[in-house]
Amino acid sequence: MTRPPARRRTRRRLAADAGLLVVAAAFVLPLAWVVLSALDPDAGLRVKVPDGLTLDNFDAILTPEITFTPLLNSLILCGGATLLTVVCAALAAYPLSRFRSRLNRPFLLTILFATSLPITAIMVPVYALFVRVNMIDTMQGTIFFFAASQLPFAIWLMKNFMDGVPKELEEAAWTDGASSFQSLLRIVLPLMGPGVAVVTVFSFVMMWGNFFVPFMLLLSPDQMPASVSINDFFGNRGMVAYGQLAAFSIVYSTPVVLLYVLISRRLGGGFALGGAVKG
Amino acid sequence: MTAAAQRPVGPEVAKAPPGPPAPAPGQAGGGRSVTARRSLLRALPVSPAVVLLLLFLAGPIAYCVVIAFTDLQLTGQAEESFVGFENFQRAFQDEAFLNAVWLTLVFTVLSSLIGQNTLGLALATLMQRASKPVRTLAGGIVVTAWVLPEVVAGFLLYAFFRREGTLNAILDWLHLPSQNWLFTLPILAVSFANVWRGTAFSMLVYSAALNEIPKEVTEAAEVDGAGGWRRMWHVTLPMIRRSIATNLMLNTLQTLSVFGLIWVMTRGGPSGKSQTLPLFMYEQAFQNSLIGYGTAVALLLLLIGSLFSVVYLRLLRTEV
Repeated sequence: MTRPPARRRTRRRLAADAGLLVVAAAFVLPLAWVVLSALDPDAGLRVKVPDGLTLDNFDAILTPEITFTPLLNSLILCGGATLLTVVCAALAAYPLSRFRSRLNRPFLLTILFATSLPITAIMVPVYALFVRVNMIDTMQGTIFFFAASQLPFAIWLMKNFMDGVPKELEEAAWTDGASSFQSLLRIVLPLMGPGVAVVTVFSFVMMWGNFFVPFMLLLSPDQMPASVSINDFFGNRGMVAYGQLAAFSIVYSTPVVLLYVLISRRLGGGFALGGAVKG
Repeated sequence: MTAAAQRPVGPEVAKAPPGPPAPAPGQAGGGRSVTARRSLLRALPVSPAVVLLLLFLAGPIAYCVVIAFTDLQLTGQAEESFVGFENFQRAFQDEAFLNAVWLTLVFTVLSSLIGQNTLGLALATLMQRASKPVRTLAGGIVVTAWVLPEVVAGFLLYAFFRREGTLNAILDWLHLPSQNWLFTLPILAVSFANVWRGTAFSMLVYSAALNEIPKEVTEAAEVDGAGGWRRMWHVTLPMIRRSIATNLMLNTLQTLSVFGLIWVMTRGGPSGKSQTLPLFMYEQAFQNSLIGYGTAVALLLLLIGSLFSVVYLRLLRTEV
């Protein structure tokens, strides 16, 4: 008897299913609230099936002031910073992956060390520094800081993906007279397309959801990204319209959820952990 | 896990990279200067990243170290002056600071060490045995909670724990006493929120680790008559202990820097009952305008983080 009898296996599977469903039910409650409330003309704080479905909440928030400007700000901020991160990370990863140097190991260890520093901790000095050099409340300052904070992980991830690209093709290009930069651009990066996509999406998703950085570094309301402007549903506008808050949460979250689904399908669930967690 | 299969490459483990074609023998006479110029050229692509990192990451950290020793304030002060360790002395005599340290500890132990870690492992274990549709459904829900922006997660859990919220509705329905969770037990509420948001990470890490355990090993243990718990304790856990260690490290670091979630749910209140170190730092620096003092707290937080980070590096090294 090397395997448990079929009946025991079935029972065990049913027990596992039941356990998972209980946890899933507990996890789904807050998610159910946001979906149901967004469609509820009379939304409150608890999960309830709406009396009638409506899109009024979406109608109310889809204005330039409430939704489009903050989302555009988020896009500029995170798009700009992601572009900067990916370009710098790709350039930096190339020599680290391709050439041997005494500096590689110390550099990579420093990068790995920086990957796990709590960035939250330095936001107060960053604020003080930005005030001093007149970069506070500027989009470019925030973009630079965002990019820098994401760079260690991006370089680490990018280098690991780049190591997976065989060097033979590149050598052929070199003998044909291509420069290192050309071979990076024409051969290595296209071959590691999925890797570049992962780094890009991951950086973007991290920044899109980040609250503290723009909360500290941006001051004028018209520059606020969605992660900060969502706070306006409380306080300033008097009574909280929970239905609208829920609708806005959905509009704001959808892009990152979709991006996540897109790359996780392609690369398996554990993709984002690749560089940081060795199984 | 494409990237995970790679290892940090040190000089001794690097496969000899071919590099661009070596200089022809005739050119080699250039000696050191040619090699030097070549290494400089090779290092060139790294420079944009290095500049960004130095200016916007290392710079602020260095600045952090400097102003933590000054009495820099936001307003009403022409120039700050060097005050030595005064900020740190002050912190350790400040009850609000000690309270924040305690709450950070509670928050980390409850939500990261116990909550995310154990629940993540439990989910991963159950998933090994569950049927495919249930596995996909549960996994999808847990991961969605993880992917949502921090502030949105905060609002969802705020609605869940409010007096009029879903949790109390369920408790009423079960005829159990309800209460105003965000007022009576705010640190518990934000810890649960962090579990809700962060468990997916551990779940993914442990699923990957469990998948790598060869089936024969667990089956052999089963044949030898080891029951479920004993198999877990004596076979599975020892085999994934490195994943456990790295996961604990990363969870802790992540939890140490949570700000938005707590800010949205409680603002650290009521009267500091959910004020962890990042929120305390923010309050001192901005509500009380004491940037120097707030930065000293930030420096302490950074030091704790670096400590964990170094341990994490050591852990990784034992693996490679």
